[in-house]
Amino acid sequence: MSGQAVPRSPSAVPVRHVEHCMGTVFSFDVRSPGVDRTGLTRAVAWLHEVDATYSPFRADSTVGRVRAGTLPVRHVPDAVARVLERGAELNALTDGYFSAYFDGELDPSGYVKGWAIEVASDILAAAGSLNHCVNGGGDVQCVGEAAPGRPWRVGISDPFDASRLIDTIEGSGRLAVATSGVAERGSHIADPHTRQAPVGLSSVTVAGSDLALVDAVATAAFAMGSAGPQWLARHASMTSVVTQTDGHIVRAGSARGHAPGRAAVTRA
Amino acid sequence: MKRILLTLTATVAGLISLLSFKTSQPQTTAGPLPSAGLPAGATGSATSSATSPATGSPNQHATSYLGSAVTTTYGVVRVKITVSGKRITNVAFATLTAFDPHSQQINSAAAPRLLSETLAAQSAHIDTVSGASYTSAGYVKTLQSALDAAGI
Repeated sequence: MSGQAVPRSPSAVPVRHVEHCMGTVFSFDVRSPGVDRTGLTRAVAWLHEVDATYSPFRADSTVGRVRAGTLPVRHVPDAVARVLERGAELNALTDGYFSAYFDGELDPSGYVKGWAIEVASDILAAAGSLNHCVNGGGDVQCVGEAAPGRPWRVGISDPFDASRLIDTIEGSGRLAVATSGVAERGSHIADPHTRQAPVGLSSVTVAGSDLALVDAVATAAFAMGSAGPQWLARHASMTSVVTQTDGHIVRAGSARGHAPGRAAVTRA
Repeated sequence: MKRILLTLTATVAGLISLLSFKTSQPQTTAGPLPSAGLPAGATGSATSSATSPATGSPNQHATSYLGSAVTTTYGVVRVKITVSGKRITNVAFATLTAFDPHSQQINSAAAPRLLSETLAAQSAHIDTVSGASYTSAGYVKTLQSALDAAGI
């Protein structure tokens, strides 16, 4: 999206917006020069469209119909087929730990939310926004910078006390930060090889440039349990912060510095 | 403890509704919105165009804003915040009508915690928070919700 000359609407303004969708909350933070209302409306409508298509909890969604057996998976619309192909690629990339199936049933939720946030951010960019941050239930895609000369600062929530932070990740240009952990609604991540809930980790945060990817990587590393930090360390291009169940914090791939598009981890 | 969190939930929701500049409708915490788009006045969906008064002198006038009244299980709550520049400098309850003495006690305990969490989120100088996913109802207990509320 960057590099395109987007005519900026004269009605563009910085805006904050909170949208309830997919059972969680999406926070839009569009900084100067802002975006016009149509751009924000399109990004929000996109989230609801994704929910209507991919929700495993809706009987009338495409995914819901595949799960119910009323729609053969080979007959899904092309856009859905591409998402499922990407899920298969991520499955291979993560040694099988990331999966678009849960308990044998189609459930691409683990990929869809991060991807939806990333695309919502692209929609804002296409509408002329140069600096914004979209946070969907704790997974974040930032573009540009928070203020002239100041990178975005993403706090990482302490898995043992949500009112505290364990770290801060900074980045400008294009920064994505995803965290997987024992969610409020209970454990929803299982090791696909053993079908057991992973042990050893309380949360895994991964930073990079594109949320769909770092979200899948964070989910996979969490599913690996105690083996997660070693696996993350092999992916040196990604910054990660892992909290073990004993409270110990393991960091990897930290690129300290403020180069555009790179993430830097600082102690909170 | 659970009751305190529930009360806190309602008060933070009041703070959010306050900052969305909607003052007519009492709001409660909401489930997912069924429809797409930006329905004006929809419960649980708050939009505020950023006013930008902070580009002037460093000595900002402190301005107080009154939130919507929120009816909770334990009473009616209305939050008042004081804003200086773009920072919240104080959070207080303008209305705190408890249904019984026990609720009064809970509400009183929630007030300082709401204040400290809101101010802590601001003083960390962070723009957003990454963490394990939260539900639509649990959002109001997160630091992110305080940041969204403070981001005016």
